[in-house]
Amino acid sequence: MLSIQSVEAAYGDSQVLYGMTLEISAGEFVTLLGRNGMGKTTTVRTIMGILSIVAGNIKFEEKIISNLPSFRVAKYGIGLVPEGRQIFPNLTVRENLVATAVPANNKGDGWSMERVIDLFPVLKDRLGSMGNQLSGGEQQMLAIGRALMTNPKLLILDEATEGLAPMVRQEIWKCLQRLKKESLALLVIDKNVDILSQIADRHYIIEKGRVVWQGTSMELRANEQLKQNYLGV
Amino acid sequence: MDINIFVEQLLNGFQLGMLLFLFAAGLTLVFGIMDLVNLAHGSIYMVGAFTAATLTLWLDSFILGIIFALPLTLLFGMVLEFIALRTIYARDHMDQVLATFGLILFLNELVRIIWGPAGLAIPLPILLDGSINLPLGIVYPTYRLFIILIGVLVAIGLYWLVAKTRLGMLIRAGASNRVMASALGVNIRLLFTAVFGLGAMLAGLAGMLIAPINQAQIGMGEEILILAFVVIVIGGI
Ligand SMILES: Nc1ncnc2c1ncn2[C@@H]1O[C@H](COP(=O)(O)OP(=O)(O)O)[C@@H](O)[C@H]1O
Ligand SMILES: [Mg+2]
Repeated sequence: MLSIQSVEAAYGDSQVLYGMTLEISAGEFVTLLGRNGMGKTTTVRTIMGILSIVAGNIKFEEKIISNLPSFRVAKYGIGLVPEGRQIFPNLTVRENLVATAVPANNKGDGWSMERVIDLFPVLKDRLGSMGNQLSGGEQQMLAIGRALMTNPKLLILDEATEGLAPMVRQEIWKCLQRLKKESLALLVIDKNVDILSQIADRHYIIEKGRVVWQGTSMELRANEQLKQNYLGV
Repeated sequence: MDINIFVEQLLNGFQLGMLLFLFAAGLTLVFGIMDLVNLAHGSIYMVGAFTAATLTLWLDSFILGIIFALPLTLLFGMVLEFIALRTIYARDHMDQVLATFGLILFLNELVRIIWGPAGLAIPLPILLDGSINLPLGIVYPTYRLFIILIGVLVAIGLYWLVAKTRLGMLIRAGASNRVMASALGVNIRLLFTAVFGLGAMLAGLAGMLIAPINQAQIGMGEEILILAFVVIVIGGI
């Protein structure tokens, strides 16, 4: 479904991605792991067309999306829950959800405000609050709900549990499992390797802008050395 | 002081305020959302006035003239944004001042070529040409009341657009975080072109409304531009 091949990207003169390669199939739950500053968020930016690539290519459902404007990438069916949440502070919760919503084009079973509230009941009482009045956890749920409302085929979550209380974190993991059951493809970037090695299908570990290991959850759990070498645990 | 004169001056103040509001709305919209200082906003006001004046003379109706001139000004604004202004959003304000000052000279000259150096006067429509008797025995020109009414209607309409509609949500979202809005599927460039067109249409409307009082004239935009900047600076952006 998503295929990133030998992608190189840079901020001005400083190159960050050196031949990044990654594949996600439909309905697959894939993680991108690695220490801080290794290029995970940069990879997401290149997928979304926020940062242009200088070599390689990116395909989504067989269509080349490298260097397309962001809004086109989103329209192809990629939903983004960005690092730092980036809720629109000057919009209410309801407006954050509906402003960029896109109705599902197939079946009757798309994401709607009702279904998002069903997924995150805490949002129900906050619909009229401004985005910047929410707690970190609420903002994160809103960011996920906002992306789901575009009815994506692939959802990308960049550090979605960072800085959240354990309880809220649990809720996010539960949500991801539920999304996986609905066969939404997931690309998750997160520091919580242990839980991810339970709930995800496959993993990529990157170091300095290229993949240094990839494998299944079972292989990741079996290899303690990986964590020490690449994940700084 | 005579109360009648006082009320009349108050209404005159309102009427000028409404014109300035129509003009400044687009200027602040474009500055607030695209971070663009557009000195050529006054030229759009001028083009609006000339367009409406010409159409009024052709169609023999001021109201029809305005109705047809509004979409033309919208289109003019969008074309101007598409060709010239979108390329300078990323520049700093001084560059924008220089570039849009150049645009003023260019548009003044263009108007001179199309309409000639003299101004274009149009008569007031008969319906709006008289005076109205207000309470307290005040007699006030109908046309100035008409301008106040239009201003109030536009203010309500703008509030509704920005606060209540989907387009308004996208404008606010785009203003606060354009990268994120794009990543959620919003075509920000198109949105900006539309916002610019809307601002241009409002400036054009101000020009159209002033045309029967002061004529459509070359350079009329610069006067109101300075006043509008004063209003914006005092009123806050
Ligand atoms: N906007 C930027 N401008 C310049 N350099 C950046 C920018 N964003 C990130 N970088 C650099 O790119 C590298 C990778 O960053 P990032 O992709 O954010 O890492 P990660 O998400 O894996 O923590 C880091 O060295 C970081 O300093
Ligand atoms: Mg990151």
